[in-house]
Amino acid sequence: MIAAGSVPTGPRVVTSRMDQPDGHTYEGYVRTGGYAALERALTRMTPAEVHDEVKAADLQGRGGAGFPAGTKWGFLPAELHPRYLVVNGDESEPGTYKDRMLMERDPHQLIEGIVLACYALGAAQAFLYVRGEMALAQERLAAALNDAYAHGKVGRRICGTDFSVDVTLTWGAGAYIVGEETALIESLEGERGMPRLKPPFFPAVKGLYMQPTIVNNVETLANLPYIVGEGGAAFKSLGGPTSSGMRMFAVSGHVERPGVFEVPNGTTTFRMLFEAPEYCGGVRAGGRVKAFIPGGASAMWFFEEHLDMPLDKPTVDKAGSMLGSGAIVVMDHTTDMVAACWRIVRFFARESCGKCTPCREGTNWLEKILKRMLDGHGRPEDVALLMEVSESISPGIAWPPRQTTICPLGPSAVSPIASAVRRFRHEFAHYVAHGRPVDGVSSPFARAMAGAR
Amino acid sequence: MTDLAQRPATAVALTIDGRPHAAAPGQLVIAACADAGAHVPHFCWHPRMSPVGMCRQCIVEVDTPRGPALVVSCMTPVAEGQVVRTDTPQVKRAQEGVLELLLANHPLDCPVCDKGGECPLQDQAFSHGPGESRFVEEKRHYEKPIPISDLVLLDRERCILCDRCTRFADEVAGDALISFTSRGNAMQVMTFPDEPFASYFSGNTVQICPVGALTATPYRFKARPWDLEQVESTCTTCAVGCRVVVQSSRDELVRLQGVDVDAVNWGWLCDRGRFSFEAVNSPDRIATPMLREGAGLRAASWAEALGVVADALRTADPSRVAILGGARGTNEDAFAWAALADALGVVRRDARMGDGLPLEVLALPQATIDEVCAARTILVLGVDLKEELPVLYLRVRHAAQSRRSRVVEVAPRTTGLAPYAWRAVTHEPGMQARAIAALLAEPEVAAQVAAGEVAVVVGRGSLIEDERWTLAAVAEVLAVAPGARVLPAMRRGNVRGALTAGLAPADPSAATPAVLGAAAGGEIDVLVLLGADPVADAPDPDLARRALARVPRVVSVDAFVHGSNAGAHVLLPAAIHGEKSGTTTNVEGRVSDVARKIVPRGTARPDWMIAAELAAALGLDLGLDSLPLVHDAMCSRVAAFAPARDERATRGEGVVTAHPVPLAAPRRGGSARDRSTYDFRLVVTRTLWDGAVATRRSPSLAPLARPAEVVLHPLDLARVGVAEGADVRIGIGAVVTTLPVRADASVARGTAWVPALRGDALEPLVAGARDVVDVRIEALS
Repeated sequence: MIAAGSVPTGPRVVTSRMDQPDGHTYEGYVRTGGYAALERALTRMTPAEVHDEVKAADLQGRGGAGFPAGTKWGFLPAELHPRYLVVNGDESEPGTYKDRMLMERDPHQLIEGIVLACYALGAAQAFLYVRGEMALAQERLAAALNDAYAHGKVGRRICGTDFSVDVTLTWGAGAYIVGEETALIESLEGERGMPRLKPPFFPAVKGLYMQPTIVNNVETLANLPYIVGEGGAAFKSLGGPTSSGMRMFAVSGHVERPGVFEVPNGTTTFRMLFEAPEYCGGVRAGGRVKAFIPGGASAMWFFEEHLDMPLDKPTVDKAGSMLGSGAIVVMDHTTDMVAACWRIVRFFARESCGKCTPCREGTNWLEKILKRMLDGHGRPEDVALLMEVSESISPGIAWPPRQTTICPLGPSAVSPIASAVRRFRHEFAHYVAHGRPVDGVSSPFARAMAGAR
Repeated sequence: MTDLAQRPATAVALTIDGRPHAAAPGQLVIAACADAGAHVPHFCWHPRMSPVGMCRQCIVEVDTPRGPALVVSCMTPVAEGQVVRTDTPQVKRAQEGVLELLLANHPLDCPVCDKGGECPLQDQAFSHGPGESRFVEEKRHYEKPIPISDLVLLDRERCILCDRCTRFADEVAGDALISFTSRGNAMQVMTFPDEPFASYFSGNTVQICPVGALTATPYRFKARPWDLEQVESTCTTCAVGCRVVVQSSRDELVRLQGVDVDAVNWGWLCDRGRFSFEAVNSPDRIATPMLREGAGLRAASWAEALGVVADALRTADPSRVAILGGARGTNEDAFAWAALADALGVVRRDARMGDGLPLEVLALPQATIDEVCAARTILVLGVDLKEELPVLYLRVRHAAQSRRSRVVEVAPRTTGLAPYAWRAVTHEPGMQARAIAALLAEPEVAAQVAAGEVAVVVGRGSLIEDERWTLAAVAEVLAVAPGARVLPAMRRGNVRGALTAGLAPADPSAATPAVLGAAAGGEIDVLVLLGADPVADAPDPDLARRALARVPRVVSVDAFVHGSNAGAHVLLPAAIHGEKSGTTTNVEGRVSDVARKIVPRGTARPDWMIAAELAAALGLDLGLDSLPLVHDAMCSRVAAFAPARDERATRGEGVVTAHPVPLAAPRRGGSARDRSTYDFRLVVTRTLWDGAVATRRSPSLAPLARPAEVVLHPLDLARVGVAEGADVRIGIGAVVTTLPVRADASVARGTAWVPALRGDALEPLVAGARDVVDVRIEALS
């Protein structure tokens, strides 16, 4: 057990107003220093200087891929207008709920970040795309946008300068795949949310309405007021050598205190996050970690031996998984791995958009095989078949995944299968042989589902 | 698109399966592989549509800086030095994997599926599939099949969601009436609620469906592919001249499929062309020669019937004999009849029914379809291509959509092409010259036209306006764009070929309107109708009726009894499309072959043979005793057909010919009289489902015929003061008729559009009209 005060800490960069009851209001935001960075940037900095600060901050995108935001911004072809900023608030990866917190509790911070980004990019129009199910976030963002417009922080002649930008709020209709940036753009244009092919549709070149478009995650942009206010170098110094700043992680599953935590990026380890009293406070009921998902349902699973690994993108990448969108799911020693695997695959099967064959047919086939096993009708050849079907979706079943599909959704369903089958093959074999899980594990959810049928 | 003319000369060098290959820049790897003889299995990719990369079947291996990578070849353009492999174990594994997944939920009801035997899924499952499925779960189930239009049925269980039909509907036809609904495993092709897939081009989706998900009523369960015999031919339903294969089973036509030729139809067909073969099998066909006996008709032998006709021709003064029609036959048919007319000294002959274009348009510099679609500016005058020449509409629409050409449309009502036009203006019948002059005076339009490369597609704006207004409209264009080339949008099957082959009147007094007038005045003794139905087709049905009643001897060479030959004295059964060979000429003057696939019904014979036998009965030796002799004689005596002499030239794309008649170019000629503001000017135009004989006799198409109606602009309807669907009184003075009224904003204000139907209610109003017709429209009191 880790003692209180023994883990690295840092300032609360984006979560500073989480506990403040009026943090979501204009007054509360301004009272706590909000919009100062924007005013400073618009009156004393050139767009290139803002861009330079973001580059100096080495701000990795927080949406999943971890691509440096400053570099991404640099992909915009010069002198091609109109250009758009699209804010990806369609946070739907199972286990991820950090952006929702930011949008619900500190909407002005995001808006300030959006306007700063538009200033740096030379964009006059931003689209804020919020997941359809997040009613409170939509409500608060709408209210905050109205207030920001009313106070001249968005709209025409922001802060009395020549700079103008409009922010349009749009919400989704409930599709996970729209979190993928090209599918999000399709959805914004009013089409079915299906991914575009890259190439040729790299958003920075041919994005929204075929114009140059930057798509940034909510948390990424929420960091901008701090970066512009305190300087990129100050932000960078908060994290480790290969991961800059503070970063939000959403922990769920079998820990005493699940929640969203902002931790120094790259220096905190999984064990610290799970066990420190400041964070999750240990595994549920004093149990042991059997496996955990380090970065969203699409990620390969980690196990006990990975607990002391730092939450550092290059390190986790090298170990064969990803930090993704910062969604960590902890499974303790009582977890039925076949059921857990099915639960995640079911999600991807349901969320497959249907556009390409391997994902549409493959994820559903995988789900059916797993469900059949859980129902006690597994066949000895089914474990190998799971891997074979996975191979058809993601040749080589390697990390980073290769794919026969258009987008990474299909291979995402392969990760839990590859992880679970490789590590817990005996649990699958037990289901096949006995029609029930190995002793000592359970799956209340699977039982509930079976009862509900 | 594989448009050779567009390709730069430089080639891209790459390696496919170890062999060097030169590909066109921008070509996709899948197409380059096909050219190189390496078949890559695929379902969603179609060479005439944009790639979507959805089925993922066409995976191949391409070397990248990071090593060999599996890519979908339909989304990967060729690159210099690229190394492509289609046959590695990795490729084979990936392709087998995708095929197994495609088959996972496929019902495998091949034994009862129309596609079985010609099914890309079936074929490629054998050639590139894993051999056996490991899928033991319950498959997707849907209601089988559901109708999505009057002609097409959808079996969603068989569908592999390749996006071909939906892409065709949206991208090629512009009728995005089918789309994907739902998502993931539940994704399906579906129509919108209460909106059937009522596209003129729906049959193409059935042809390009890579499984048996889409079937069309005329062919369902009629044959198995291995029982089909087929021959390549040309569709003669309209004058676009789409290449087809005609398929039969047990000597009955069962299907027409489009053939992809670059110059004409790109593989597409309209539904009328595709499905009206049903009429060939109609039980209503005239099976034997018939002779009038009192009020009725009796069957006769060919010898007897031809004897009666020969006697009539022998005794008649040639100046009192007329031959109308020929546009529905082959060039050889028309030539044989023209030769007979020449031998007899008959000068009154016309392949047109007075509802088409003046001959002068053929004297203008002509454009091919390809030239039209490559022009910078395409001026479409008068004609609604979507209704009259549907596949030409697809070509012009493609030219506009690919931003190669700007379409400028001047027509009496907003047409199906208007949404893709750069400029679209409407005019009242007779006023087109004024409308064009005004349009061409706009600086932007003037600049566009002045940039050159102008093509004019000209058709008849309204059936009841004088044809000289069409010429006046062309003259306006030529006055500012003297280099413009013209594509005459003549509609009826082989009208252009028949005119070229010799069934053109030497002067207006020999043309159909004058002949009908002369006949009504008692100046004609023998009238031969070659597949002609002037009562239905001539702008003035009343005149046609009076003419036919007055002529003592009407001889009709036709496949069906209709309004014009019901009272004929001799009916000679004609062989029709699919039953005879020869050549046909399309709107461009392109001569291509039509082929006989089945034995003519009854004792029907091709028109040329009837002409030859008549000549024999008359003791004339025309030397036209066999089809090759007719063809040779035609190609040597009609200079225009010389390029078609070698029959090989008429296969595939065929060969373009020019109409030989030198005529004066049209002169600018003003406009019709102005309309009183109390009146509506009538616009009568052809629509695709207009109740033509072949449509009516095709069981699948007959229900599609439009109802008789008059259509007004919504604001005009309000002015008349009646509700939609109510009957209105349409009249000129005391002559009155009633029709139900409908509102449509595509109709210009001040005009009333009546779709031309056969034998419609307008007859009393247009009787005797020689120019535009203005009517009063009122609510029934």
